[in-house]
Amino acid sequence: MQYLHNIGTYFLMIIELFRKPTKWSVMRELILKDIDDLIIGSIGIVAFIAFFVGGVVTIQTALNIDNPLIPKELIGFATRQSILLEFAPTFMSIIMAGKVGSFITSSIGTMRVTEQIDALEVMGINSLNYLVFPKLVAMAFYPFVISIAMFLGVIGGLMACIYGGYASVDDFITGIQQEFEPFHIVYAFIKTFLFAFVLATIPSFHGYYMKGGALEVGKASTTSFVWTSVAIIIINYLATQLLLS
Amino acid sequence: MIEVKNLHKSFGEAHILKGISATFHQGQTNLIIGQSGSGKSVFLKCLLGLYSYEQGSIEYNGEIFADLSEDKKRDMRAKIGMVFQGSALFDSLTIEENVMFPLRMFTKLKKDEMRDRANIVLKRVNLEDAHNKMPSEASGGMQKRVAIARAIVNNPKYLFCDEPNSGLDPKTAIVIDNLIHEITEEYKITTVINTHDMNSVMEIGDHIMFLKDGLKAWEGSKDTIFRTDNEVVTDFVYSSNLFKKVREAIIKENK
Ligand SMILES: Nc1ncnc2c1ncn2[C@@H]1O[C@H](COP(=O)(O)OP(=O)(O)OP(=O)(O)O)[C@@H](O)[C@H]1O
Ligand SMILES: [Mg+2]
Repeated sequence: MQYLHNIGTYFLMIIELFRKPTKWSVMRELILKDIDDLIIGSIGIVAFIAFFVGGVVTIQTALNIDNPLIPKELIGFATRQSILLEFAPTFMSIIMAGKVGSFITSSIGTMRVTEQIDALEVMGINSLNYLVFPKLVAMAFYPFVISIAMFLGVIGGLMACIYGGYASVDDFITGIQQEFEPFHIVYAFIKTFLFAFVLATIPSFHGYYMKGGALEVGKASTTSFVWTSVAIIIINYLATQLLLS
Repeated sequence: MIEVKNLHKSFGEAHILKGISATFHQGQTNLIIGQSGSGKSVFLKCLLGLYSYEQGSIEYNGEIFADLSEDKKRDMRAKIGMVFQGSALFDSLTIEENVMFPLRMFTKLKKDEMRDRANIVLKRVNLEDAHNKMPSEASGGMQKRVAIARAIVNNPKYLFCDEPNSGLDPKTAIVIDNLIHEITEEYKITTVINTHDMNSVMEIGDHIMFLKDGLKAWEGSKDTIFRTDNEVVTDFVYSSNLFKKVREAIIKENK
């Protein structure tokens, strides 16, 4: 029952956040600030993780191919496929559920417990629009972060390949270009947009509707991380089933 | 004018407000006093529509607040200033930006004009050199005063203050009390203040309501509160030795 109630509240929240929009001059600043916090602030960690995990994917693939009949291009091919299809969009988003998600939940949750949200409401401001809408707009730039992850993941793979001597640069690059299907990119970015929406709204929901004090803000961040990840995994499954099979 | 009729509010099993009726007039400072936990803050939040209630009605100039559409409610609230018990300053904005916030939201003033207006009210609450501090860098009493400045900066028609001078030294508290009283009379604001502070009661209590156990136990003004025989009120008012002595003196004088 409680779950149904929460899901209902979540969808009502999404409708409400588009109503009675905040003045554009104010909203513009909020959006820029959220782009800075959520997007620009995430690039560093995303780049770091993507680069090294890309390398690990390559090493693992290479080590598992010891049959001389299998062509070396396969290393590049497998790296590309796993990074573009799953690693960059999905697993990066789960990491972002921890970084961006808990930031959103704790910042909105703190505003809730210190009555800042009440203060907005009392002034006649649609606090959902004021707080959540700019985050949603900022997260529209999330695919940009994922593109960086894709690019650096493959570069990390290439580096690992060179330094480990698993295959020649030519083989790796041929592998990357093999059987390239443009629709895979479309699929990856459709997923990315859906994840961006989830990453902006589910943590906001947990922050906005929380009750209690500082201790509960911490708990809300954890719960928000769990549910954001669950939503990402389920959407990933459904999107893959619908778009690829 | 705000009219409250038979207001009931519970949290789960706990019945906090048990049927309160009251009228708050324009141009008066209406004080709500009562022990800690007697439901003053809950009452104020019901007035603001932040809490729903089970029974009763709240009318602003004859319009039932709860029946207004969401958009009407928000238009109405743009005319309300509120000081929260915990200040509720926006912690991502500087003190000056906090005070300018209602102006940015609801007026078409230019940035300089807003800044001038913010400076005027900051001066009135005795805060002249803290503009660029963040709320977290300000003391509790400073935060309170910023919250008051933010509440009055856009000339509200209704002003609600939840313990506006708790955390202030007696001197500043009087400055704040007088400021609230002045602007209430000057701009014909309907002002409702929660307080424990007997100084405020004596200074600015045009209309005083005493809450006890979720009910209105007494009602009057600063002129009548010291003469009442109502025991719960005298108990509350004369809980401090100073006031006990004052009362004895008054009684002696009257003999
Ligand atoms: N959100 C809430 N949920 C449950 N109970 C609450 C809530 N808010 C207040 N209460 C209860 O309502 C009662 C009245 O609280 P309220 O905050 O109105 O007191 P108060 O008169 O403002 O006290 P103080 O002078 O200390 O601020 C208290 O018993 C409190 O525990
Ligand atoms: Mg209170």
